[in-house]
Amino acid sequence: MRGFSGLAPWVLVAVILGLWELACRALHVPPYLLPAPASVAAALVQTAPSLATAAMRTLAMALEALLLASVLACALALAVSLSRVLEQAVRPLAVGLQVTPVVAIAPLFVIWAGVDHPGRAIVALAAIVAFFPIFSGAVSGLASADPDLERLFDLYDASRGQKLLRLRLPSAVPFLLEGHKVAAGLAIIGAVVAEFVAGSGGAQGLAWRILEAGNRLQTAKMFAAIIVLALIAASLHFAFAVFERRVLAWWRGR
Amino acid sequence: MPATLPAAPPVAALEAVEIAYPRRGLALGPFTLELAGGEIIALVGPSGCGKSTALRLLAGLEAPSRGRVRRAAARGETSVVFQAPTLAPWLTAAANVALPLELAGMPAREAMALARQALQRVGLAGSEDARPAQLSGGMAMRVSLARALVTHPKVLLLDEPFAALDEITRRALADDVLTIWAEEHPAIVFVTHNVEEAAYMASRVIVMTPGPGRRAGETTVAAPAPRAPGFRASATFRATAEAVSLQLADAMAREAAPP
Repeated sequence: MRGFSGLAPWVLVAVILGLWELACRALHVPPYLLPAPASVAAALVQTAPSLATAAMRTLAMALEALLLASVLACALALAVSLSRVLEQAVRPLAVGLQVTPVVAIAPLFVIWAGVDHPGRAIVALAAIVAFFPIFSGAVSGLASADPDLERLFDLYDASRGQKLLRLRLPSAVPFLLEGHKVAAGLAIIGAVVAEFVAGSGGAQGLAWRILEAGNRLQTAKMFAAIIVLALIAASLHFAFAVFERRVLAWWRGR
Repeated sequence: MPATLPAAPPVAALEAVEIAYPRRGLALGPFTLELAGGEIIALVGPSGCGKSTALRLLAGLEAPSRGRVRRAAARGETSVVFQAPTLAPWLTAAANVALPLELAGMPAREAMALARQALQRVGLAGSEDARPAQLSGGMAMRVSLARALVTHPKVLLLDEPFAALDEITRRALADDVLTIWAEEHPAIVFVTHNVEEAAYMASRVIVMTPGPGRRAGETTVAAPAPRAPGFRASATFRATAEAVSLQLADAMAREAAPP
């Protein structure tokens, strides 16, 4: 039963691909509308070197954005957790930033970064998207300490610094891990959306490969790029999920 | 040995304290309690009568809305054990016990050595490096007790510490607390809703009314502590438990039908 449930998603993919291939051949669907899986596979092999380069660029931009978002979000969350007034001031702004679609503000960043540096605009936009889950996770995490444990620290006259380092930061670890996992997925999405909006080949990421192939009606190549994009996003998510599980196991002691 | 040390000066007192919360109104009081050095007081009352609040007042963790709290114990001389073990999951048992010492500025190595000793005293030798998640409920509660004792407190406050444990573990821990009391004579106040536990452990049992908690009655337990084997079968124990039960029933009946 275990073996079967591990196999189940692959069987489903095989069935869908098989039906897709059959349908394309039987109905003579034009390849620019919907290429058969076999021709997508051929495009994947043919464009593999350039797709790999583009995937690395997108991944690099997403990771840069994640790092930037992590540093800014953690620093701001720490500041906010130490001052109630600051929290009240920052929260509406942070929420406002989060609910504004990245597509809407992307053109601004493209202008600010300048036509020669679309990569900077993409990293900044992806960082904005990745910022919120880390920030909100860190803020809730820093406030999540067991109230009785907090009373215990008060009982022994712990200083603010002791409370932060020995109670609130360690208590925040599970929330920080979850925030970074969600943010990693969003950083990839942010990087791709921003590159679409930037609309230039300057950054040489996967989004540009998709746009380029789309403009030339090379639908099989579009599919190939989309598959590579899904694969790197899934790998990144998987890597963070494993990391989260490991660190949580260490944190809980089992 | 007598159940209380003779003529010990009070280490903490509540003088006609009241606690009122903005929306819920009066939660406790007026309530008066004097805790002599080395005595064991049980606070018994229905849930919501403010007995845990009284404990937090004695610990200095909360300030009364009215009345006065007097505390003779200096910084670090009061310990609290909560209803849950309240351990930091990311620290080992020994590191959890060492925490109060380290917060007071003791070097980590020294604090850990004392923590290991404290764990041995509560019967947890060998579990020093275990994490809270690896301990049973009773063992985790013992770690919590060791953390309270590691500072050699003058006042030990226990907030329904055994409520979540099974009967056997609960009785073993009650005896452990009494053994520790016999060695160091801290003044103990413990909150419980278990009448028999109160009669077994305390030298004075104070019954509280439903919230806002006031004093409904007091029973002195005339028996040596730590309790002799078979104390639960003795006439003294049965009589105390019966008297406390009656006071409690009376307090709750008066609440149901106010004069």
